[in-house]
Amino acid sequence: MENAIELQHITKAFGSVIANKNISMSVRRGEILSLLGENGSGKTTLMNMLSGIYYPDSGSIKIKGTPVEIRSPKDAYLLGIGMVHQHFKLIDVFTAVENIALVMNQHEKYDLKAIRRKAREICDRYEFDIDLDQKVYEMSVSQKQTLEIIKMLYRGAEILILDEPTAVLTPQETDKLFSVLRNMKADGKSVIIITHKLHEVLSISDRVAILRKGEYIGTVETSEATESSLTEMMVGQKVELNIDRPAPVDPHLRLSIHNLSVMNEEGVRVLDSIDFEVFSGEILGIAGISGNGQRELLEAIAGLQKTESDSSIVYYPDDDKDSTAEQLIGKSPKEIRDMGVHLSFVPEDRLGMGLVGSMGMTDNMMLKSYGNGRSIIANRREPRHLAEKIKEQLGVVTPSISTPVSRLSGGNVQKVLVGREIAACPSVLMTAYAVRGLDINTSHTIYRLLNEQKKKGVAIVYVGEDLDVLIDLCDRILVLCGGKNNGIVDGRSTTKEEVGLLMTKLKARKGETA
Amino acid sequence: MNKTAVHEPLVRVIKRDTISLKKKLLIRACAIIFALIIDAVFIYFVTGLNPLGVYQAMIRGTFSTKMRFSWAMRDLASLLLIGIALAPAFRMHFWNIGAEGQVLMGALATAAVMIYYGGRVPSWMLYSAMLAASIFAGALWGFIPAWFKAHFNTNETLFTLMMNYVAIQLVSCSVTIWRGQASSLGKLNVKTKAGWFPSIWGQRYTINLIVVAILTVAMYCYLRYSKHGYEISVVGESENTARYAGINVKHVIIRTMILSGALAGLTGFLIVGGRDQAISTGTAGGNGFTAIIVAWLAKFNTFIMALISFLLIFLEKGAAEIASTYNLNDFASDIIAGIILFCILGSEFFIHYQAVFRGHADKEVC
Repeated sequence: MENAIELQHITKAFGSVIANKNISMSVRRGEILSLLGENGSGKTTLMNMLSGIYYPDSGSIKIKGTPVEIRSPKDAYLLGIGMVHQHFKLIDVFTAVENIALVMNQHEKYDLKAIRRKAREICDRYEFDIDLDQKVYEMSVSQKQTLEIIKMLYRGAEILILDEPTAVLTPQETDKLFSVLRNMKADGKSVIIITHKLHEVLSISDRVAILRKGEYIGTVETSEATESSLTEMMVGQKVELNIDRPAPVDPHLRLSIHNLSVMNEEGVRVLDSIDFEVFSGEILGIAGISGNGQRELLEAIAGLQKTESDSSIVYYPDDDKDSTAEQLIGKSPKEIRDMGVHLSFVPEDRLGMGLVGSMGMTDNMMLKSYGNGRSIIANRREPRHLAEKIKEQLGVVTPSISTPVSRLSGGNVQKVLVGREIAACPSVLMTAYAVRGLDINTSHTIYRLLNEQKKKGVAIVYVGEDLDVLIDLCDRILVLCGGKNNGIVDGRSTTKEEVGLLMTKLKARKGETA
Repeated sequence: MNKTAVHEPLVRVIKRDTISLKKKLLIRACAIIFALIIDAVFIYFVTGLNPLGVYQAMIRGTFSTKMRFSWAMRDLASLLLIGIALAPAFRMHFWNIGAEGQVLMGALATAAVMIYYGGRVPSWMLYSAMLAASIFAGALWGFIPAWFKAHFNTNETLFTLMMNYVAIQLVSCSVTIWRGQASSLGKLNVKTKAGWFPSIWGQRYTINLIVVAILTVAMYCYLRYSKHGYEISVVGESENTARYAGINVKHVIIRTMILSGALAGLTGFLIVGGRDQAISTGTAGGNGFTAIIVAWLAKFNTFIMALISFLLIFLEKGAAEIASTYNLNDFASDIIAGIILFCILGSEFFIHYQAVFRGHADKEVC
């Protein structure tokens, strides 16, 4: 088979950090190649060199056997390389067709009808499901992604690069995307897909190329690979892929949430009369399609959300239920902390809420504790020790503990955040999408850390998106749908189908219709 | 498709990871030499003068006599103190463009106390009242935009800018009232010298220098080591993170702007009491705006602010000296000073980035 892309001895360094080291690999025509590697292994850097965002320090690139120089995204387009980034580059107030029109070449006439016809053809050929006259701001994430792919094909892309396309999709949407990718492959196009989800790698790709710490490890035929063999190549050693679920020991009521409602700025009820309880020593999973109130729920408990009147969140410090129960509603995060409630929270927006990007690990360690003590001088000695400890224990890869955390890779940022929240000895630990964008090895480190906390009697609230993990990790799973509690299921006996159904279809209740 | 045979670009710009101190100094030295060469060409071909003579005149502007140097220090003190006042606000990403007005309000309050109480109360009481009034007036001018920002999220850049004009008009109005029938207000309390700073080492502004030196160190420590300084940094980076950390964001915004305004007001006190003994709408002299550049270039490090203030004052004095020595048009001397400033600031680019030429991938060029 002909090679669509050949990379030869590609090296790229950022300062003293070598992101890609002497990488030689190839992509065939008409194949789907998965690019696999841990966080920070250089996958995105390598793809950015193909799409003209970076320029390699040394090495050469051949497209269809011809040596080329790709020095800007425009060069990449002309060579038929299209990349769909994690953040979409679309204009919200334009319709799909108008967005496609933006990629016309200079010689083409601005004729929306002709563009629509051509776009329609592409949609029919590959079975894209999209309304070409819909405005982008009315589209779901999956539709926007579809539009990005159509844009690339319209421009004549022969080689399509997708950077973690499934991270934001529901299982059904992922299936749809994969069937489109298979159609494109059948049409002779080459697809490179970056993903951390091994079962997807196995189901979609023909071959898997593996990077580890900036070096090329090898390419294997997917038919000869298994989840554990791929992980081993990726990590360099055998990794236990089973998620542990110890039985809760002596659970006590820790949080009792009653009638919790939250109205967002547009006046929409994002949480609607939620009732549930959280127990010590258990992991309560929260499932739901993203944007169904997960963020508001956690922020309400953390004291960061305004709640509607009648909402109640009661905290029970220990087993004696009546004497010291505390109402958390109406209290600020500081007041909650001052009451002696050790609430740890790993928010979804790591650098926008959980950490200060421009500060180093040390200064981030003291984010919640800097105010302790009477002195007007902030004590940095203990935070520094803590930073050193977390760096060592969790294997955070950073040049130094004073390097701004925004310069670390996603997985390392998450380790810093989770490390700090666990070090605070919480009695309640809330995590939102704790493993989003993390590689399999780091994800399992996080699961292990959560299980350690669970054994210590911490009440854990785990908001997740991967149903397999939720079902393997959690004791109970609360399913949110449309801001409502749509049922709590037992993690040990439930199925993916049951949870999936609860996520999408609101149960009819007494006196209500579905 | 392969007709797009493209070539490697001639020059690529790459962000530097780290840079050694030696290299930093080298780049800056190159910039100065480069500036002097361009300036020499300009001086020789446009003005027809001898470049070396002009450079000497430039240096004479600050260094020829003790008096000259002392004046330069006096002007540096005002500029630097305003820079220090701006540092906490800017660190919080609160764009306080209103230092000019805050200085004027401090100066106005000082002058009012001098005029109404000068000679009527014991001098220690007069000085305390001048100090308190100036700090209060500056702080008020900082508090007003901060309060609106905290509660209504108003745009602080426009708000603080407008407050300057209010302050200028207030000064202008007060001066008109105070001068009465006289053509100008002139020096305040000329006969009694009430409220004038005492001379130390022959100069009344010695106190200004001491205060600014102390505050340079104090502000550095405040931003770097105190809990308040930490809060300011967190709020500046992300309000969401600050809320998450349990920081009262409104409180921090208002507190920091009161501090910023108070220090600017204090500058007004030092200018009126220690330097001018007079007041006019030009009392701040545009330093409230120049100080924005000082604070930014120094990335809010007060020690570097001192160096940058010195550079700006040196160029200003040098340009004036060139103009008077050679009877040169002001514009020409300003161009000469401007070229030097431009090159020094331009060299910052090469400190953060490096250019790599085609075929020299592993060699660095500065």
